[in-house]
Amino acid sequence: MKLELGKIYIHDVQFADKTYVENGTLFVCKEEIEKLVLEDDRLISARVELARPGESVRIAPVKDVIEPRVKVDGPGAIFPGVINKVKQVGEGRTHALVGSTVITCGRIVGFQEGVIDMSGPTAKYTPFSETYNVCVVIEPKEGLETHDYEAAGRMAGLKVATYVGEAGRNVEPDEIVTYETKPLLEQIAQYPDLPKIGYVHMLQSQGLLHDTFYYGVDAKKFIPTLMYPTEIMDGAIVSGNCVAPCDKVTTYHHLNNPVIEDLYKRHGKDLNFIGVILTNENVFLADKERCSDMVAKLAQFIGLDGLLITEEGYGNPDTDLMMNCKKVTQAGTKVVIITDEFPGRDGKSQSLADAVPEADTMVSCGQGNIIVHFPAMDHVIGTLDFVETMIGGYEGCIKADGSFDAELQIIIASTIANGFNKLAARTY
Amino acid sequence: MVKEVERAGIPVVHIATVVPISLTIGANRIVPAIGIPYPLGDPNLPEEKSKQIRRELVERALKALQTPVDEQTVFE
Amino acid sequence: MAKYKIVHYINNFFAGAGGEEAAGMKPELHEGAMGPGLALKAAFGDDYEIVATVVCGDNYFGEKTDAAKAELLEMIKKYDPQLFIAGPAFNAGRYGVACGTMCKAVEAELGIPVLTGMYEENPGVDMFKKDLIIVKTKNSAAGMKDAVPHIKTIGEKMVKGEEILGPSIEGYIERGIRVNYFHEKRGSERGVDLLVKKCRGEAVETEYPMPKFDRVPPNPPVADMSKVKVAMITSGGIVPQGNPDHIESSSATKYGVYSIEGMDRMDKKDFMTIHGGYDRAFVTENPNLVVPLDVMRDLEREGVIGELANYFITTTGTGTSTGNAKGFGEDFVKKLKEDGVGAVVLTST
Repeated sequence: MKLELGKIYIHDVQFADKTYVENGTLFVCKEEIEKLVLEDDRLISARVELARPGESVRIAPVKDVIEPRVKVDGPGAIFPGVINKVKQVGEGRTHALVGSTVITCGRIVGFQEGVIDMSGPTAKYTPFSETYNVCVVIEPKEGLETHDYEAAGRMAGLKVATYVGEAGRNVEPDEIVTYETKPLLEQIAQYPDLPKIGYVHMLQSQGLLHDTFYYGVDAKKFIPTLMYPTEIMDGAIVSGNCVAPCDKVTTYHHLNNPVIEDLYKRHGKDLNFIGVILTNENVFLADKERCSDMVAKLAQFIGLDGLLITEEGYGNPDTDLMMNCKKVTQAGTKVVIITDEFPGRDGKSQSLADAVPEADTMVSCGQGNIIVHFPAMDHVIGTLDFVETMIGGYEGCIKADGSFDAELQIIIASTIANGFNKLAARTY
Repeated sequence: MVKEVERAGIPVVHIATVVPISLTIGANRIVPAIGIPYPLGDPNLPEEKSKQIRRELVERALKALQTPVDEQTVFE
Repeated sequence: MAKYKIVHYINNFFAGAGGEEAAGMKPELHEGAMGPGLALKAAFGDDYEIVATVVCGDNYFGEKTDAAKAELLEMIKKYDPQLFIAGPAFNAGRYGVACGTMCKAVEAELGIPVLTGMYEENPGVDMFKKDLIIVKTKNSAAGMKDAVPHIKTIGEKMVKGEEILGPSIEGYIERGIRVNYFHEKRGSERGVDLLVKKCRGEAVETEYPMPKFDRVPPNPPVADMSKVKVAMITSGGIVPQGNPDHIESSSATKYGVYSIEGMDRMDKKDFMTIHGGYDRAFVTENPNLVVPLDVMRDLEREGVIGELANYFITTTGTGTSTGNAKGFGEDFVKKLKEDGVGAVVLTST
């Protein structure tokens, strides 16, 4: 399967009468976006605001972040099974508005939505302080049930991103990157002397606000399966969850999965990137056992020499992570885990809820419990009403001027456990 | 918390869904629960049946408390 | 400019009072520097002054710790120092424990920076390394020369509030504290590097070594359940409606004790869940799914258990550090013991 990703670099975002891209500037039509969002009668208002790097702007509570993309050639269309019809994707050509995003925010659904600062000392912890963001602030109908609110918010973001992505359809990309993975036997034959490497991508799937969808299928309802790495670049996986904000894998991060990107960079050089094993994170022990058995079986079945594992969330998913690591190792495949850490505010406790001796090669994406200071910003997109109850916040942490202290984990994707960032932790 | 109760000399049983975590942290008497969103019972069933499940789990926990163990034991 | 004031703590041996035969000596106060303090005085230079040296026998400290601590604190306090240095204790076990204990006490009482030094196998290291910076020394006093520059550098940084870097750079014993930094490469790239090396059979270094969890031996079983008072504890985040104590929905820093007196079951009108780690819909509807009060009351009525404690203890498990959880436990077991609780049922989601 071969995909050409056409990257259109965006250097600014502005409002206009229609939505289009010109000379690296994304122009968006506020009214059309609002109309699109309000097609869903579960939402009663939608307001579009723009956020640019360096501005004194805070966005909260953030639900999802999505990179606008459009499929220009090849089967299927972006977000198959969710926005567009179910159809295998990952082949042909796709255009991405690199450097821009669509962000959904608004009144909190659970506790788990996070903060993005566009400037100041906390901006460095999130990749979205460096992107040009089209923020959609949504307001649910009075008394809307939480599952419905989550679904409405999720669909609003994906619809808007698809709409904005269309603007890149007829733009000549600044750069085209080609990714290719062949069917198993051909792929192995292409680089017979290089180690056969895979990636176990654990999707968060624990129920309310903790779901992820593959071609529209709720990940808790599938059993582990194989995926061509390019499928994910066309939106085969979308985030329907808010775990702790710091390690939320947003839809943006699925589209731009760093493990897949970095494995492709070395593909044919010092490794042979065979493919992705998708699995989930379960709330029943029997499911954890069954799915990790199957992950190990698939790794062995396709003959992998080594693989990387990433998880989403912390706490009991650490057990899925450790089971996967243990069983894959015992089946004869070498494992590296990428994870983040929660050793308490003082950094002195164990970083993960579970541990096995096989997890002997770990990459740390930083610890999410340290307290950081958020100075007041000139403008808030969304609301700060929920900071105290959001994950990372605590009673009395916010002052009247809008400044607050909170654990690093309140920032979207700050310690994301797939290695997207450079943040790491070491022992002092 | 389990260990501190144990350390204080009070017999303790841990009813937990994620038994591996319970084993990792060091609980000695463990009873596997039903699931994370509903550890004691099954709300998909009528309340009477769900409560029956809860009762069985608690009874198993009490049995565990009355059973001598010299290492970490899962009471299935 | 006024000099920064340092108070130094040493034992009988380093004070020149003698070895084992002098280990029973009571706390003493000496103006200025003495013994190993002279080397520190020379190293710290003119901006600093060792205003006093406090001395105590190792055995006296070990046997009458509280009294010794209180006396020494009184002596130290009146100098109003900016820095407290204890030892180094090298490989002397009792001395190491005394240095660690005094450092912690001074830090807590006076709120000033404290610093000690030990050989890595000194039993004081395991007891205090998480709480204190312990400069790494050789196993005998011959290591003083090497230790002094590290004590000086760290001591100065502490006094001036400057950042103290990692253990290998500054020369102190690794404390087991996880600290963030920005790496030059992103995590996924480092992961691929490690995996390629691992597949080649090369040595790889993990960024996070697997922790070792301690174990507590199981207690003997309950002899007669029908005579025992049972308490319920949960990490499932069940709290009274409105969460009066504001327990966090993740990474909890507190726990709550709530009455169930006169209640037959957990009513959803009275209780809610704040746990941020699971779908709360079912438990919101029926909190007995986490705190099995209904069943416990039945068992109490039937005489299967002697009595149910008239409260339950609760916190949020998800993301809560083992350090905090241990602290909660240490705290609430006092209450359990006072109340004569003979068995505990702890539920987790």
